[in-house]
Amino acid sequence: MAGAPVIRVSGLVNAFGEQVVHDGLDLEVRQGEIMGVVGGSGTGKSVLMRSIIGLQPPRAGEIEVFGHDMCALSAAEAADVRRHWGVLFQNGALFSGLTVAENIEVPMREYYDLDEALMDEIAAYKVGLVGLPQEAGPKYPSELSGGMKKRAGLARALALDPELLFLDEPTAGLDPIGAAAFDDLIRSLRDTLGLTVFLITHDLDTLHAICDRVAVLADKRVLKVGTIPELLEFEHPWVQEYFSGPRGRAAAQASERG
Amino acid sequence: MTARATLPDMEPADLVEETRGETRVLRLSGRLTMARVGAVDRALREIQPDGRDLVVDLSAVERIDTAGAWLVYRLIRNWTKAGVHATVENASADALALIGKVGEHDVPMRIRPDRGHPLVRRLAEIGDFVIRTADTFGNFLGFLGNTLVALARLLLNPRRLRWHAISRQMEVVGINAIGIVGLMSFLVGIVIAQQGAVQLRQFGAEVFTINLVGRSVLRELGVLMTAIMVAGRSGSAFAAQIGSMKLAEEVDALRTIGVSPTEALTIPRLIATAIMMPLLSFYAAILGIIGGALFSWVSLGIPIITFIQRTQEVVPLTDLWITLIKAPVFGIIIAVTGCYHGMQVTGNAESVGFRTTAAVVQSIFLVIVLDAFFAVFFSALGWI
Ligand SMILES: Nc1ncnc2c1ncn2[C@@H]1O[C@H](COP(=O)(O)OP(=O)(O)OP(=O)(O)O)[C@@H](O)[C@H]1O
Ligand SMILES: [Mg+2]
Repeated sequence: MAGAPVIRVSGLVNAFGEQVVHDGLDLEVRQGEIMGVVGGSGTGKSVLMRSIIGLQPPRAGEIEVFGHDMCALSAAEAADVRRHWGVLFQNGALFSGLTVAENIEVPMREYYDLDEALMDEIAAYKVGLVGLPQEAGPKYPSELSGGMKKRAGLARALALDPELLFLDEPTAGLDPIGAAAFDDLIRSLRDTLGLTVFLITHDLDTLHAICDRVAVLADKRVLKVGTIPELLEFEHPWVQEYFSGPRGRAAAQASERG
Repeated sequence: MTARATLPDMEPADLVEETRGETRVLRLSGRLTMARVGAVDRALREIQPDGRDLVVDLSAVERIDTAGAWLVYRLIRNWTKAGVHATVENASADALALIGKVGEHDVPMRIRPDRGHPLVRRLAEIGDFVIRTADTFGNFLGFLGNTLVALARLLLNPRRLRWHAISRQMEVVGINAIGIVGLMSFLVGIVIAQQGAVQLRQFGAEVFTINLVGRSVLRELGVLMTAIMVAGRSGSAFAAQIGSMKLAEEVDALRTIGVSPTEALTIPRLIATAIMMPLLSFYAAILGIIGGALFSWVSLGIPIITFIQRTQEVVPLTDLWITLIKAPVFGIIIAVTGCYHGMQVTGNAESVGFRTTAAVVQSIFLVIVLDAFFAVFFSALGWI
């Protein structure tokens, strides 16, 4: 599983005015792994994701994705990189003027020469794949529930069968059964498609169930990267509280039983 | 297989048909991924079952994703449905898993909501339009009435007025518009003086340019141009702001907290616009006269001081009153139209755009209609 690095971040500095969010952050995500990213609210997980995908120009530091320097991409390279990743934003970010199915077809239309009929079929099984009922296909985002928007966003992120998937709190707002099914889906896609996943989550069950390694964000950098047992050994008050607090213990027991 | 590996990266996936005894063999090869399956999809749609058994051979497939798996699944499904014995051969475990996975989710799905027959749709659209127009008129009057009632209630209890929001809106609507409104009126003043001079010169009556500029700018054009500018700048902003807040459920949040959106959003904008419109209109009229005066001085040789004196003589005070009476009414119309359309936003970003346009078009239209009424009304009063 120890593949070549897909994402490499080094010395990243991000700041909004006076407020420094990241200060010398380093992180490496390897081919084929599911990397969980945890940290308290407002520690800069979403900002880290936005920097990696090039939406938030960093003050300093280097970011490489698929070996390309994200701060100096030519237009052709940028298109090539974007074709190989899928992004699920924290709030779904669906296009409000398009139906769910049309949302899923947007990236396909942009990059590939596929027949209308084939795109419709692909959109249909993607909708099923993420656990939406087929009635959701012709609905507009404003007609969906919160959890359904999450799933529709995931379906759009998966539209191109990307090699790299960025997920910002995918299971927030899903019912526990749906969240577990979601974990299964991500793991099986990783196993069959060789996906690399950058997964921001507060969901301890997801962490235990599918993450190969977990990066802990605190004090403006990545404090520690490791498997959950390694993190349990790590002496840091926040990490201890996180994994050994009541919820952390419950999740650990659940994953042992499961 | 080795030959395949040397082919360039963008080489599409390939489909070869063979016969093996009584069986048809479809051999898929290369990268069966979304980037490359377009051609295979088209080729597969051409091939029809002919009664012979089918074997789909995946031994030469280098890579497969869900799109490729879907094609294989669809092929097997369709041919099995047609009564042919169809199987997959030499598939990797991952490929089988993927084919199984997409097969689980094979449910026919609509892409867009059903829109019905085009003719019926047209008729329905026309009907909708009529109903909506009638509705809009009623709703708008309702909204206006509601707002005025809320305004009256607040004026009786002025401590509940949101002074902070009002002063903020006054800045945005009035102060920030000073530059553009001034420049525009100045230029309009010049244009009128120039046109007037050209026409009046034919009668040797250039000096009446002063009457023309003074009266038209102070009585009509100052307030009208200002109203159009404010509708374009602020009416649209009101609709877009409130519309986006509606989309993000901020308006609902206000309601559940117990804050009336009318009090918090509409009234401050309405008061600010009603106060700023007369000020801006007066200022616009003054700049229009300055523009006219400058032009007359440079091009007709009329000294500025003469221009001002004569303006005082020929422009009755009622012209100023007319502007000052019309301006707040126009301001109220612009603010109410903008806020009304903002509140009507539902669903998606497109609706924000549509409502913003509607707010600007309708408020300018209403302003001009009202202006015509005012013209008739004031001339009946004898304020000619
Ligand atoms: N556009 C922005 N302008 C100013 N500050 C910002 C901006 N975006 C984020 N921040 C700040 O950066 C910090 C990190 O925000 P971020 O959204 O990354 O948090 P997070 O770790 O994703 O939290 P959560 O788990 O709640 O989603 C926060 O303090 C936030 O206030
Ligand atoms: Mg976040």
